[in-house]
Amino acid sequence: MWKYIAKRLLYMIPVLLGVTLIVYIIMSVAPGDPAKAILGDQATPDAIEQLREELGLDDPLLVQYGRYVKGLVRGDLGISYKSKGPVIDEIIARVPTTLYLSLSATIIAVVIAIPLGILAAVKQNTFIDGLSMFIALIGISIPIFWLGLLLLVYFAQELRWFPASGASSWKHFVLPGIALGFHSMASIARITRSSMLEVIRQDYIRTARSKGMPYKQVITKHALPNALIPTITVTGLQIGALLAGSVLTESVFSLPGIGRLIINSIQGRDIPVVLGCILVFTLTFSIINLLVDILYAFVDPRIRAQYF
Amino acid sequence: MNMKRKSPRKKGPIFEVARRLAKNKSAMIGLAIVILLIVVAVTAPLFYSYDEQIIKQNIGNRLQSPNAENLLGTDALGRDLLGRIIYGSRISLYVGFTTVAFAFVVGGTLGALGGYFGGIVDNIIMRFMDIFLAIPGTLFAITIAAALGSNIRNLILALAISSVPGFARILRSSVITVREVEYIEASRAIGASDARIILNHVIPNALAPVIVHTTLNVATIILTIAGLSFLGLGISAPTPEWGAMLSDGRTYLKTHFYMSLFPGVAIIMTILSLNLLGDGLRDALDPRLK
Repeated sequence: MWKYIAKRLLYMIPVLLGVTLIVYIIMSVAPGDPAKAILGDQATPDAIEQLREELGLDDPLLVQYGRYVKGLVRGDLGISYKSKGPVIDEIIARVPTTLYLSLSATIIAVVIAIPLGILAAVKQNTFIDGLSMFIALIGISIPIFWLGLLLLVYFAQELRWFPASGASSWKHFVLPGIALGFHSMASIARITRSSMLEVIRQDYIRTARSKGMPYKQVITKHALPNALIPTITVTGLQIGALLAGSVLTESVFSLPGIGRLIINSIQGRDIPVVLGCILVFTLTFSIINLLVDILYAFVDPRIRAQYF
Repeated sequence: MNMKRKSPRKKGPIFEVARRLAKNKSAMIGLAIVILLIVVAVTAPLFYSYDEQIIKQNIGNRLQSPNAENLLGTDALGRDLLGRIIYGSRISLYVGFTTVAFAFVVGGTLGALGGYFGGIVDNIIMRFMDIFLAIPGTLFAITIAAALGSNIRNLILALAISSVPGFARILRSSVITVREVEYIEASRAIGASDARIILNHVIPNALAPVIVHTTLNVATIILTIAGLSFLGLGISAPTPEWGAMLSDGRTYLKTHFYMSLFPGVAIIMTILSLNLLGDGLRDALDPRLK
């Protein structure tokens, strides 16, 4: 087991290096001089040249990249062009907001999706099944930012139940959580339904029923634990989608998270911050994927026996 | 004259799939909406003059709520919202289909080559794909759009690159499953070349999951492009794009909510119909999955 985890962790290194290299090249070929961006339009050519030298912008691309990776190993993501502070500090300051947002979105998604999926499977081909899957389909089709705007107008501006912007209390994360979580809810509900349908048809479910066990208990005790395995995978994979979706959600609800930081830095051509944010998102995504695989083995003894 | 009666023989596989698809009500609704959208998008220039009605500002007629003349109202610059939404479908469908076509050709080729040859070729291709899979797609598109400038060509490029690994993976795993079957071995035995085997036998048999993925991927791309434009990183004014129009409406949320409402409805309808069609295709192409 440890060997497997270590192998996966080691494999993450070349992938992350590849990601940084690609993003680094893309950001570097972009038109515009970062030195000019920092100093503003009024700067003299001498001052710009001096700053370019300080930042090492005149070195070949690979040398610059090498320097970046060297810093990376020490946990140094470089200096923000705009705030002049370490990038890592700027990101860390914004982690809680994005974390709370993803957390509330995941909770909302799971709490709605699993009962919806089970209900649809148990009542297969009835009106309830159709309605549940239609809700899920709407969830897949609705743009996060549009749902966010609807929620904002109705629940924040009209009814004033929740604040429209900011991130200082749990109330600030309810509407963004719904907007962001609704999309993941749909995928989780669908996979729960289909895996539940598969499990319900198994022999041991028939056995449990024929020995006189109440149906409700058969579903919760025998079917559900087995049906939830694919659900866990999809929930984990959805976190990747949540990270990308947080960019949109944070923009609609003016939440000061990493997603907003990316957009602001892109507009300000603050390359080290953009790189840092994408690196953090990618790293989180990779680690979550690994955790999902480990959890998978943990909940399913068959897989555990096979690989560990 | 041939008087032999037709024997009840099995129709071809495409006919079978079409028959199963036609029986699926929600898939048919999806298909109908998709066709309607395409027809509307293609014929739009017959009803609206792009320069005169879609782009040109008409300040005297601004912020009109839906009425008889402007069925969906007008925007802050006095342009007819219905016309702009219709023209928006041209952009969304064009970007959606072009992107997916590009990703399909590049990703599909890479996946098919990796799956067919295996070994080191496969390893190099898939490790490279892993790097792209590790970056959430929207983020990658944002980066490229921001770095290279957000015109339609760059957006298509950005979105296509992030869609390539998905296609590569699907085609690769399909190819691996059909690679070992006997009819491939048979054609190799009669001396067919690798290229011939891939094109004539492997790809047609691996196509089912790809078709489904393609349909659903068009939906994802359209949603992403709307999101990027909403953030101001996609297609920008004055081009009518749904996400950008929705974002324009944000300033008038309290008084003219319809400005954000209708483009959103257009997005939902498009994505919904593509998803209905994609799900129906999945069931029709592989009845076992249902």
